[in-house]
Amino acid sequence: MNEYILKINGLSVSFGGIRALDSLDLALRPGEIAALIGPNGAGKTTFFNCLTGLYAPSEGEIILFPEKDVEGVSLKGLKPHQITEKGLARTFQNIRLFAQMTVLENIMIGRHCRSRTSVLGALLRNAATRKEEQDIVEKSYAILERLGLALSVNELAGNLPYGAQRRLEIARALATEPLLLLLDEPAAGMNPQETMQLMEIIEEIAADGISILLIEHDMKLVMSLCQRIFVIDYGQKIAQGTPAQIRSNPDVIRAYLGE
Amino acid sequence: MPLSPSFQEIKRSFFIALWFVFLTFPLMVVKIDPLDRVVHWRWENMVYVGLAGFIFSFPGRWLMRRQQLRQGKPSGAGSAGFMPSAFIRDTGIRKIIILAFFCLALCFPLIFSPYQTNIMTTALMYVVLGLGLNIVVGMAGLLDLGYVAFYAVGAYTYALLNYHFHWGFWAVLPIGGLIAAFFGILLGFPVLRLKGDYLAIVTLGFGEIVRLILENWGEFSQGPSGISNISRPGFFGIALSLDEAILYLYYLMIILVLVTVFFVNRLQNSRLGRAWIALREDETACQAMGIDKTKIKLTAFALGAFWAGIIGVIFAAKTTFINPASFTFLESAIILSIVVLGGMGSIAGVVLGAFILILLPEYLRFLAQYRMLAFGIILVLMMVFRPQGLIATNRRTYIFVKKTDAET
Repeated sequence: MNEYILKINGLSVSFGGIRALDSLDLALRPGEIAALIGPNGAGKTTFFNCLTGLYAPSEGEIILFPEKDVEGVSLKGLKPHQITEKGLARTFQNIRLFAQMTVLENIMIGRHCRSRTSVLGALLRNAATRKEEQDIVEKSYAILERLGLALSVNELAGNLPYGAQRRLEIARALATEPLLLLLDEPAAGMNPQETMQLMEIIEEIAADGISILLIEHDMKLVMSLCQRIFVIDYGQKIAQGTPAQIRSNPDVIRAYLGE
Repeated sequence: MPLSPSFQEIKRSFFIALWFVFLTFPLMVVKIDPLDRVVHWRWENMVYVGLAGFIFSFPGRWLMRRQQLRQGKPSGAGSAGFMPSAFIRDTGIRKIIILAFFCLALCFPLIFSPYQTNIMTTALMYVVLGLGLNIVVGMAGLLDLGYVAFYAVGAYTYALLNYHFHWGFWAVLPIGGLIAAFFGILLGFPVLRLKGDYLAIVTLGFGEIVRLILENWGEFSQGPSGISNISRPGFFGIALSLDEAILYLYYLMIILVLVTVFFVNRLQNSRLGRAWIALREDETACQAMGIDKTKIKLTAFALGAFWAGIIGVIFAAKTTFINPASFTFLESAIILSIVVLGGMGSIAGVVLGAFILILLPEYLRFLAQYRMLAFGIILVLMMVFRPQGLIATNRRTYIFVKKTDAET
């Protein structure tokens, strides 16, 4: 087992003259739940976008360590879909479901990079294609059941209640079989009950050995769920440590938590 | 609708009537007789237009209000509404309907004249064109305004190969499709990064470029005078009379439509088809879910163009004469209208849309000069009252079957 699942060294990105991320170092351990917090505009979502290939970082290294792979794979410069294939999946801060597709189909999209059927296979619909399709449906359905969405399989994703949409985003990301799951404000807009449910789901996912890095403003959730917390402000890491350490860190209190 | 319309309502209708009078003034009132060099002022028409505008604006507004109320409903209005699609969802009834249509299609040339059969063949060609464009626009959500270019590529592939090398129809049919698909990829590469309006403009330009090349590169395509004496499709080496050839092409198109529907349906419910729809819904999320955007965009362009190429070959063989004038932007616009009117991404919708858009102007001929006007009014009304198309996409049936599979 490697010590880390993801290692980021000196990650920087600039937009014009603005340095949105400034030589950020971060390392995640396998199976841990970590949080990335910071004030609005600190660069949290930019950081996620760099990791998942939506933005091209100007400097730095992003290395993913799949199990037993001591060398690791560099994710820098890969396209978003290649990064997902390597094992990094994410959700979005502003929900980005495929609204006109059914709940099940949304999950089935997540299986895309784990299946192979080509144009020819789709046209001929041979035994291999049918088997793969069956497999996609079964695996997708299993994920839906796990996240408590099985009752709305056939509903259009856009018609789901808000909390369920958030869960569906997580389900869709899980369908890609990630090693590391990036959650961008998963509890935003949820009521306390939905947040409780979400916390259980996140713990279950982590128990399966999937590492989780989440951005969140709900401090109760962050403090009770995460083993480690990273704090960034103005694109720079200002602190890292256990919830207790972060809570008493003067820099963090000044920049984010408040007195 | 209130029984006694308020003063406000009457005032609004009055202005609508006034606006219509103004709009139709040069058309309905002024009539110039170039022979006698006099202008006829038909004031009575103005009164009729005004009255009609005034009266029809009441039910018109009432319908609009109802439409807005329906749109205001929070969920399922678009997907669940409309009786016929719910009715067709019943598989037993659907089978009977399909069977009836199939019998009608087979018997059609026996009942009607060759002229009617010829029109029907044209409509069937547009069905396939619509289904092809439906892959690009309806499923993948890439607005392509230059689709006619691929149609032209197919037609000229056959015309030129036949003219220079005397290649037969059946040999060129797949080649025409493949060359058009190649052109699809050629167009796909530069527009990979473009979306929406920008994509539409580039594809529009592409369509015009292809047409202008065909028009101006005389040595290659014989310019505006076109290529004539193209061979009709061969039938096991037997010479066919004109009527027989029409019949033959008709049945050929029936088969091709069935094949296309069969394959497009399979594509739609495949891994690739889902990826296209995901691309249409949200490009960023689509990439983040591990879908290679480049690959599926190019596949969509290539597959869409393939069908246009095939139909191009058939078109050249059917008319035995082609020139660039057959491949104007209007053709692209009509095919796009078929997709939008029928219902984006819906196979049954596109089939229906093609029949309506191609046959309606044909059978509205009794309205003489008003037929295009009637046609336009129908399109406008459709877009106002049923923007999702005649038959909205319905992906549930397939999923429902699959779901029970997964549960057991």
